[in-house]
Amino acid sequence: MPEFTFKPFNEMTDEDYALVGFKSGLEVHQQLFTEKKLFCRCPAGKYSTHYDAEILRHMRPTLSELGEYDGTALMEFKTKKNIIYRIHRETVCTYEMDDTPPFLINEDALDIALEIGLLYGCKTVDEIHIARKQYLDGSIPTGFQRTSIIALDGKIPYKGREIEIIQLSLEEDSCREVSDYGHERVYLTDRLGMPLIETVTGPDMLTPNEVADVGQILRKLVKSTGKVRTGIGSARQDVNVSVTGGTRIEIKGVPKIINIPLLTYNEAMRQWNLLRLREELHNRGITPDKFEARYEDITKLIKKTHYHPIKDAISRGFVVKCVLLKGFRELLNWKTQTDTYFSREIADRLRVIACLTTIPNIVHSDARGETISSSDWLKIKKSVNAADDDCLVITWGTPVDSETAAKEIIIRAREATIGVPSETRQALRDGTNGFERILPGPDRMYPDTDLPPKKIPAERIENTRLNLAEPFWEKENRYKNLNIPEDIISELSVSPFADLFDKLIQKGIAPVPAAIALIQYPKNLRRKGYDVSQLSGEVFVKIFEGLIGGEILREAVFYILKNYLETGNLELIKPACPTVINEIIKKETDEIGSTKLYNPKNRNIVLMNNVMTHLRGRAEGKIIADLIGLERN
Amino acid sequence: MESSAFKGYRGLSLDVLKTNNAEVWSDAEIYTSKGVYKGIILPRSETADPLHIVIKLRSGYNIGIAAETIERIGITGHKEANYKIPEKEFPFDPKKPNVKLLGTGGTIASRLDYRSGAVIPAFSPGELYGSVPELADICNLETEKLYGVFSENMGPAEWRGTAEAIGKEIAKGTKGIVIGHGTDTMHHTAAILSFMVQDSPIPIVMVGSQRSSDRPSSDAALNLIHSVKTAAESDIAETMVCMFGPTSDEYALLHRGTRVRKMHSSYRSTFRTIGDIPIAKASRTEITPLRQDYKRRREDRNVTVNTAFEELVSIVYYYPNMKPDIIDSLIDNGYKGIVIAGTGLGHVNKPVYPALQRAMDKNIAVYMTVQTLWGYVQMYVYDTGRDMMELGVIPTANMLPEVAYVKLGWALGQTKDLNKVKEIMLKPIAGEITEREPSNGYLIYQGGIPEVEEFISRYRK
Repeated sequence: MPEFTFKPFNEMTDEDYALVGFKSGLEVHQQLFTEKKLFCRCPAGKYSTHYDAEILRHMRPTLSELGEYDGTALMEFKTKKNIIYRIHRETVCTYEMDDTPPFLINEDALDIALEIGLLYGCKTVDEIHIARKQYLDGSIPTGFQRTSIIALDGKIPYKGREIEIIQLSLEEDSCREVSDYGHERVYLTDRLGMPLIETVTGPDMLTPNEVADVGQILRKLVKSTGKVRTGIGSARQDVNVSVTGGTRIEIKGVPKIINIPLLTYNEAMRQWNLLRLREELHNRGITPDKFEARYEDITKLIKKTHYHPIKDAISRGFVVKCVLLKGFRELLNWKTQTDTYFSREIADRLRVIACLTTIPNIVHSDARGETISSSDWLKIKKSVNAADDDCLVITWGTPVDSETAAKEIIIRAREATIGVPSETRQALRDGTNGFERILPGPDRMYPDTDLPPKKIPAERIENTRLNLAEPFWEKENRYKNLNIPEDIISELSVSPFADLFDKLIQKGIAPVPAAIALIQYPKNLRRKGYDVSQLSGEVFVKIFEGLIGGEILREAVFYILKNYLETGNLELIKPACPTVINEIIKKETDEIGSTKLYNPKNRNIVLMNNVMTHLRGRAEGKIIADLIGLERN
Repeated sequence: MESSAFKGYRGLSLDVLKTNNAEVWSDAEIYTSKGVYKGIILPRSETADPLHIVIKLRSGYNIGIAAETIERIGITGHKEANYKIPEKEFPFDPKKPNVKLLGTGGTIASRLDYRSGAVIPAFSPGELYGSVPELADICNLETEKLYGVFSENMGPAEWRGTAEAIGKEIAKGTKGIVIGHGTDTMHHTAAILSFMVQDSPIPIVMVGSQRSSDRPSSDAALNLIHSVKTAAESDIAETMVCMFGPTSDEYALLHRGTRVRKMHSSYRSTFRTIGDIPIAKASRTEITPLRQDYKRRREDRNVTVNTAFEELVSIVYYYPNMKPDIIDSLIDNGYKGIVIAGTGLGHVNKPVYPALQRAMDKNIAVYMTVQTLWGYVQMYVYDTGRDMMELGVIPTANMLPEVAYVKLGWALGQTKDLNKVKEIMLKPIAGEITEREPSNGYLIYQGGIPEVEEFISRYRK
């Protein structure tokens, strides 16, 4: 591998990423805006932490359709968790709790998924087969997610090239995790079963920033349909990253696109550094075949330690195990990510697989800082017969958990001699990531025997295609030609009012004021605290009809909207007649004449302002300015 | 049926596969007017339409491709599914009791059926050990597949065969028997086995699953553990049904075979004891009796097996405006016994009376049960009841309709003498009639009531 050390995030160049062979793809999960859930008739989008009852379940691995066990499934089974579901009657029925078979698929959700598939330029599937995708972490009470491929092989334009859309699937959303401590994991079930689409791109992004860019494009595209949910948690990204010689690693559930660059940078660094670690191990003669490790119980040996975590563990009747990693001296301090070291790869595994959720869950013989006293280390080294170039890792827990932990330490250390293990990893706040589970393979798919295949007739696709919105990037090109301001273009192109905009300009409304009214005004009003969700297309249509009919001035639009939000009445503000205007100007001129001004040069500006407070929306500013002789720049 | 090379395909889709020489399990590239698809051609469910070809994509997802769009199919390889639960020899420990698992069908152990697209049962000690290794901590398990049928296909022949198989096991000195059974008619079989097998010295435990064992959240494994534990260790020598108490993975209830009924079409905790309380609770670690009046385990190998059964018996579920022709048709077809599930305390309307009279004249045994399930038949309260008794309709106290049905078949199998039949019917053998209904024998708490809600919030459902 090329000689390269990762630089700080801000100093990395595109060439650096090219050198390490950075590649990334996205799996974007987006909730659809439907009234009900995907396979039952519970309301979608009602969230609450309140719950009326709890249900306890366990998960067991089962065979895939091709008769194989999935690696992740076996890992999750090793962890033996009690899964607790909190259920709120208003959001969950017996279907979500796996006590009732599925109802037929939500047709609204299917229509939206088909529409988005066509927007990606995909070919849609002729006959949909619902699959069960196993998730043994308990995030879905059935132990699987009902999911189906709706469309395949699309593409979206990016930087003059194309990003491949591998597939679009329609699936049910999972539970929200409340806590995961020891052998008990708790979930809220309100989100469970809501319709979700998953868009999978090819590994076509070549730098961390490109990943974020494409994430934004995908989000805008689905948003432009006006049929997806928005707000926190409604869209979540899984990001796949690999470097040359590394492995496809999935970082799960990234809620914000702006977090993606740092996360992908750290993952690329982690893989690169794990590959360098492998090189170091091989230089030391430690290959998968020559790898040596063993462990033993050292509870008695260390029972007088003052190191608090172990002292506490022993007092609770736990067992302490010491793992000897032959020739691994100093390698647990090998840097993997920003401020993160190989020891955490091990600690993470134990947290998840051995349920050792209280951190620290290991100490090792090369650790800096106060842990076990050096005299204790000496005793242990002697007892386990360690050489100077070995590394000792100590872990503790119940007899069963500490046994799982000791074995897992050896498994993870040996994997370092092979390369980057296939895993899904969780995004952490500091931009690094931690182990979540072994990467599941296609073996976790199983056909859903509860529901028959569903034919999608060609007419249904053609109808959807006829009503298909123009892709937002094409709209943006049109808007540019209409001289719409840059900041409005990007919002208008994905706005639910985009169609209305086109209709308005067809009817002769000038594009720029129309765009401002549809995008800028609601934004201003929202900032002022108004609930702009009440501004429907109908409201705008009525106002613009007034404008086209000459009943109101362009200036009136904003004030009509504002009044509407304040009073709930849609009243057109009619223009003032010249007599009224003149009267107001005369009255204000008289008043200002009797007022001493701080800066008399500004007299006309003050006058203008005063007059306009009476004539908001009822007269054009330009005309008033002319009438009072205000010079305009 | 088409050969297995094109399993499940017919019509256009079969033609397309044949033309392209593309057999199922081929790794294929399918060129269509929409584009190319790559994946493994799967068998198709026979009930699905003849217009699509199913492939498994690399991602593991399946899709159906419209056969009419297919231009050609290129074959690149072959990968056949080998759906097999890892089989390991069930360990033998001389210190552990021998338990026999008799299989009749159901989803307690199952695999996927490509022809129907549905789940079909699979079963062997090795497979069970492979998927539920905990069983080996409890007992030495032997299995015998008696039948492989869905529960609705269990009938008198299978009941007899099962009862005889139980008799043989008891004679061999087996310490407990578990019967794997589909759940839909498990309570019918539990009731008839309670009559056909009497004074068993060991537990006879019926078990099934509400979620097939091909699902990670299946109740099958835990049900098996609970039932095997009961068969191996409990001192309850009765015919019982062992299924989930709550919907949570917590404990099972052991229901008396004559008082149990499936009460929900899909819930895990579907089986309930009606008009009484269950015999015991069973968990992974212990059996906790809830009552003491059960028959105890014995060390002998004595048992009475009586598999007599008259098949010409029917249940009539009464409904308002029922016409006498329903009863007449049973009479005309030679039925020997009729169990009526009457309304309320055990009633039918007057227009049916002449038919009941004809039944009596033809020496047909007619018994009354209640469709309310809970409570006793009481035909003295209203005149209609008394009228019916004069017509020869015999009330069966608090015997459940399905239980009365199988018991009447069993009684008529033994004798044609209706007085003797009546004697057998009304003499409780296995708790099918109880002298008294305890006040906690009828508990259907109503959701929405604050105190019920509070209870639910405190205990796992």
